[in-house]
Amino acid sequence: MEEEKAREIVVPGETIENRKEFIAGEGTRKEGNEIVAERFGVVDRSTKLLKVIPLSGVYIPRKGNTVIGQVIDITFNGWFVDIRAPHLGFLTIAECGKRVIKEDLSEYYKVKDILLAKVKSVKTRSIELTMKERGLKKLDEGLIILVNPTRVPRIIGRAGSMVNLIKKETNTTIVVGQNGVIWIKGKNVENELLAKKAIELVSEKPFIEGLTEKVKEFLENEKAGWKK
Amino acid sequence: MEVTNLTKKRIEELIARNKRLDGRSLLEFRKIFVEKGVTKKAEGSARVRIGNTEVIAGVKLNLTEPFQDTPDEGALAVNVEFFPIGSEKFEPGPPSVEAVELARIIDRIIRESHFINLKKLCIKKGELVWMVFIDVYPINDDGNLIDASIIASIAALKDAVFPAREEDKVKYGELTKQRLPLNDSVIGLTLYKLGQKFIFDPTTIEEEISQARITVGMSYRKKEFIHAIQKGGETPLREEEIKEAIKIIIKKGKEILNKINL
Amino acid sequence: MKRLDGRSNEEFRTVEARVDVVSRADGSALFAFGNSKAIVSVYGPRQLYPQHLQNPERCLLRCYYDLASFSVPERKRPGPTRRSIEISYVMTKALEPAIKLEAFPNSVIDVYALIIDSDASTRCAALNAASLALANAGVPMRELVSAVSVGKLGNELVVDLTKEEEDFKVIKEGEEQKTTDIPIAFLSRSKKISLLQLDGKISAEELFKAIELGKKACLKISKIQERTLKKIKNIKK
Repeated sequence: MEEEKAREIVVPGETIENRKEFIAGEGTRKEGNEIVAERFGVVDRSTKLLKVIPLSGVYIPRKGNTVIGQVIDITFNGWFVDIRAPHLGFLTIAECGKRVIKEDLSEYYKVKDILLAKVKSVKTRSIELTMKERGLKKLDEGLIILVNPTRVPRIIGRAGSMVNLIKKETNTTIVVGQNGVIWIKGKNVENELLAKKAIELVSEKPFIEGLTEKVKEFLENEKAGWKK
Repeated sequence: MEVTNLTKKRIEELIARNKRLDGRSLLEFRKIFVEKGVTKKAEGSARVRIGNTEVIAGVKLNLTEPFQDTPDEGALAVNVEFFPIGSEKFEPGPPSVEAVELARIIDRIIRESHFINLKKLCIKKGELVWMVFIDVYPINDDGNLIDASIIASIAALKDAVFPAREEDKVKYGELTKQRLPLNDSVIGLTLYKLGQKFIFDPTTIEEEISQARITVGMSYRKKEFIHAIQKGGETPLREEEIKEAIKIIIKKGKEILNKINL
Repeated sequence: MKRLDGRSNEEFRTVEARVDVVSRADGSALFAFGNSKAIVSVYGPRQLYPQHLQNPERCLLRCYYDLASFSVPERKRPGPTRRSIEISYVMTKALEPAIKLEAFPNSVIDVYALIIDSDASTRCAALNAASLALANAGVPMRELVSAVSVGKLGNELVVDLTKEEEDFKVIKEGEEQKTTDIPIAFLSRSKKISLLQLDGKISAEELFKAIELGKKACLKISKIQERTLKKIKNIKK
C-alpha cells in the first residue's frame, strides 16, 4: 500500500489563506485580505510567498531551459522546432551550433530530427532556441519519451538525485528536457526500457513518500528478474 | 510531437526480437472491456475500451420505405464521427477520409456477414421496413480505433431492442423487449505490419510507424467465412504475407469472440 | 410540489462527475445530470493557425458543442446545427471570464463537448464538464464555472429540468402554457452570471426568484466540481 503525502490541493477560485503575513506568489492572486488559487494544483507553503504548483498544464518556456524538440519545418534562415509549447521554437542559422555553408539547411538538420537545445529568449509569437552551448546537439540513437512537464522537477530530483539514481542503476544516459521530453540512451534497448519504466513510475506517482527508495527497489527487483 | 525517428528505430529493433514497448507479445491485445446500454436515448449502445482507446457506438431505429431493389429488406447505415474530443488530430468539419473508410469497413462486415437479418426487418413488403443506424464516436484514440469501433458496433447491435411502433410511427422512448434479429458470431480484426513482423492492437506510437494494415471481417458459425477485407497503409504486401495475415486474423477472431462478452 | 421523478423544487438530479476520461486530451471530464451526459476534452493552450486569427493580447477560446446522433429520441444527423452553433457560442462566452486568457497571447484553447445522452439541460452539463476539464488541463483560471437550468413548471419554479418537464404543457385560462426554461451559469467565486438564457413566459419577479434558485444550486454544483477535481488517482502523461 503506498502512503501518499498529505497535500493541500486547491481549485481555481479557492481561498488559500487569509492571514496577513502571506504574499501571493505564482498561481495565486490577492483579493482583499485573501490569497486565492488561480490554478488547480498543490499549495507550496515552504515560504511566506504562497504558490500553487500545477499538477498538469502545458509547458511554459523560460529563458535558459534545456528542451528537446522535433524539427517540423525549415525556412531559408532557420528551423521551426516543436517543443510542446503553445508556440513553436525557432532556431536561426546563427544559433544552430554548426558552420552553415550550404544553402539547403536540411543538410544540417532535417524535418523530424530531434534536437537538444536551450531556450535563448521568449517572444510573443515564437521561442528563440540556441544550440551553441556545449553538449547541445542532434540526438540520434535512443528512446524519446514524453511526460507531463509539471513532473520534470520530481523526475530530476533534488540536485539531480532521482535522475542520477536511474542513470546509474540502468547504465544509461538520460537528458530531461524542461518541456517534458526525455531522452534515454543505453547500451541496449532493455536498459533503456527499464529507465523508461522507472521514469514513468516517478511521473505517475509523484506523491508517494520515500519515492527515491521505491524507485531504487523497483530497479533492483527488475534487474534481479533479468538474471533468472 | 510526431513519433521520433529514434523511437521508431528502437521499436523496430524490439519488434525484430518479438518484443513491444509495453511488454506485450506481437499478437497480444490490450485488455478489452465491453459495456452495453450506456445511453438511454439510443435503442442500443455500447462502450468499448481496448487499453486506453475508447469508442462509444449507438443504434437508432427508424421506419422508412425500403430501397427499390430490396423491397423486402430493412436498411442499414453506418456512420463514424471523428468528433475532435478523442484526438488532437481530429478536426471539426465533415468526415475525414479515415472516418468514411472506417464506417464503410464496419458496414461491409455487418452487411456481408448477414449479422442483421435484414429480411426480418420488413414490416410490409415494398412499403414499410425498419432502418438501422449505427453511429460510432471514438472518445479516446490510443491506437486501434478500427477494432474498437467494429466491436462497439457489434455490441451495440446486440444490445439494441425495437422501440414500440404504431402503424408507421415509432414511439421513441417506449422500448419493447424484442431484440434485433441477429446471426451471431461475427467480428473484424486488423493486423498491422511493423518492420518485418505483424502485430495486433497497436498503441498510437506503433500505429503511427506501421507500414500497412489489413482488416478482415469474419463469421464463425457452422463454418468459418470471410465477409470483408480492407488493406490500408502505404506499403504493399507480398502474396504470402497476405495469406499469412488472413490466417492469423481468422484464428485470433475466434479467440477474441470466446474471450469477450459481446 | 413533488415532481415526476420525486424531486423537490430545489433539487437537481443525481450528478455523475469525473475527470481524466480522455487520456489523449490535455484535460477532460464527464459531467451528468441524471441522463444528460456530457464528455468534454480540452486541447491547449496550443498554436493557433491561421495566423490572422491570433490575438496578441490574449488566448482565443473555442468551444464546440454537439449532440451524438444517438443521444436524442429521433436520430440527429451528424454535423453542426444552428442550435449547436449557438450553444457553442454561449458556452464560450460563459467560460471566457473564468480563464486567464491574457496568459497565452496568440494561442488557442479548444474545448470539445459531446453529449452522449440527452435529457434536457445538456448545455449546463457540458459547461460543468468544460469547467472541470479546463482545470484538469492545468489552464490558469480565476474561478470555476457552474451551470444549471431553472424552469417555471406550471406555477412552480424548479431546478434542473428533465425533457419531460421541459415539454410539459398545461391549459391555463384557455391558453396553452409551456414550461419556461432558464439555463444559467455562475462564476464560483465572484458569483457573477456568465450565461443566462430564457425561453417561455415569466414575470420579472418570478425570474429574479429563479435566478436566486439557480445561484443556490450552482453553489452546490461548484462544491461537487471541487470534490471531483481533488480526487486524484494518476497524473496524466
